[in-house]
Amino acid sequence: MIQTEGLCKQFGGDSQGVKAVDGLDLKVNEGEVFGFLGPNGAGKTTTVRMLACLIGPTGGRAWVSGLEVGKENTRIRGQIGLLTEAPGLYERLSARYNLELFARLYQVRDVNGQVEKYLRLLDLWDRRDAEAGSFSKGMKHKLAIARSLLHEPPVLFLDEPTSGLDPESAKTVRDFIETLRGQGRTVFLCTHNLDEAERLCERIAVFRQKLIAVDTPDALRRRLFGRQTVVQLAPFDDNHQDGPAAFDALAATLRALPDVKHVDLLPGDLGGCRIVISLLDPAAQNPVIIQTMVEQGAQIRFVSEVKHSLEDVYLSLIRNGGTHPEAHP
Amino acid sequence: MNQIRTIMGKEWFEMIRNKIVFSVIIFVPLVMTAIPVLFLFVLSRVPPSPKDLSEISRMLGNPLFAGMTPTEAMQSAMSSNFLVLFLMMPLMVPVTIASYSIVGEKITRSLEPLLATPITTAQLLFGKGLAAAVPGVVMTWLSYGVFLIFARFLVSDRVFAVFANPMWLVAMFVLAPLLTVLAVNIGIIVSSRTTDPRAAEQLGSLIILPLMILFIGSLAGFIMISGRTFWLASAGAAVADAALLYIGVGLFQREKILTQWK
Repeated sequence: MIQTEGLCKQFGGDSQGVKAVDGLDLKVNEGEVFGFLGPNGAGKTTTVRMLACLIGPTGGRAWVSGLEVGKENTRIRGQIGLLTEAPGLYERLSARYNLELFARLYQVRDVNGQVEKYLRLLDLWDRRDAEAGSFSKGMKHKLAIARSLLHEPPVLFLDEPTSGLDPESAKTVRDFIETLRGQGRTVFLCTHNLDEAERLCERIAVFRQKLIAVDTPDALRRRLFGRQTVVQLAPFDDNHQDGPAAFDALAATLRALPDVKHVDLLPGDLGGCRIVISLLDPAAQNPVIIQTMVEQGAQIRFVSEVKHSLEDVYLSLIRNGGTHPEAHP
Repeated sequence: MNQIRTIMGKEWFEMIRNKIVFSVIIFVPLVMTAIPVLFLFVLSRVPPSPKDLSEISRMLGNPLFAGMTPTEAMQSAMSSNFLVLFLMMPLMVPVTIASYSIVGEKITRSLEPLLATPITTAQLLFGKGLAAAVPGVVMTWLSYGVFLIFARFLVSDRVFAVFANPMWLVAMFVLAPLLTVLAVNIGIIVSSRTTDPRAAEQLGSLIILPLMILFIGSLAGFIMISGRTFWLASAGAAVADAALLYIGVGLFQREKILTQWK
């Protein structure tokens, strides 16, 4: 549905120009909610603008809805909905007029019907004749979302849809985006809100001028940190050798087991310790590990899987440019 | 055509809700029409002074004033000078509309969603340009019409005929539309470089300076306004229109609006 091949954008001349997007290769499938993550100034908005045919690429090619960017721009613009970071409403005009205007520009057949549908869907119907300028930030964002959907576009670009919103408004907007899933629309979501990306997106791309990584959040976690089991242990009993040495010995035994990638020994509660074990296949290996520990006299308090946050993944990717020191294949 | 009409409708709907723009559209033509009408009224009531009469007696030699009484000659001569006032309307009104329209969109950041629609750049520019130009031309012609109605009751047939002579017709129906196009382009160019609509309006309004010079010069007797003056001005305006339209179209491109406009 969205595809790019070596997409580039450079502002300014060849020698002193600024490369905002450098050789982006991307494929977003039909009906997918795709997160495009990156820090401020990473080139996310520039990428969206290129895909929305607002600015031209300086290199590479891109297709949206099967139409090539740069060759069929007007048709592409008719196939996409764009929610810009700022709602960009006509503040002196009513909510209804704002939508009617865009419905006409998108050549929607049933202007009144579509306008009413989205005003009702976003709980703005009662305020339809109020000036958009009198709306709260959250309502403005909702109106802007309605505007981007009036012509029922198969592809939707959302650029920081919850940026600057209070938690309640952000939740309203996020909830609405969630309802878009399963409607068959392809949603390209630019954000640096990682929780939002985690909740809404099937796959994410981490991007800073260049594509750093692209996959599902879980796959990226696995790729960067592997799968990890954390075992919390009570102190060894009095008959055993002294505590720290016993934990070290236990760790050494675990490291020697097949398919154990990495073992970390960390201080635990009440004199105990936590052992973090990186594994290829925790489901198969956890029983062996637990059995080994028990045989060594360890007293197990809890066993759980380490779930790295998307923030860990993101920061790791951004800091290391896609090559994590502990990266697992 | 529908797209252009939609843009024009939006522009006008916003215009009537913007007090500053709306007052310029209403009050500038009102003032520019009231001044010559009042002038005709005063001249029809107050006879020329002996000093004025000696001045007028020299004017009566001009074929334009042939057969006129001194008062009639005074009325037609002075009112012709005020014709320049009518030509300020097609400059001031569109500059104000274009400035507030474009800078306003920059401030609310509403241009990007608009540019993301299937509308072509030409349609958008044309729609915005026409929305600014039409009120300028319409108000100029409307003011001219109102002036003619009042003049009908205030001056003799001989003087009234002067207001519909080729010089006035060239000014109203050739030069005024050309000045409007000029003003719209100036409005677009200035608006692309500023984020303050008032600054854009004030900068754009500088284009009335040549007309002010013409107005003051003719009042002071340094410049004699004639049909030739307006033909020459029309030719100059046409050349300036072509040049500024080229610059305006070059500036009004999606990428430039989003990446280069200040």
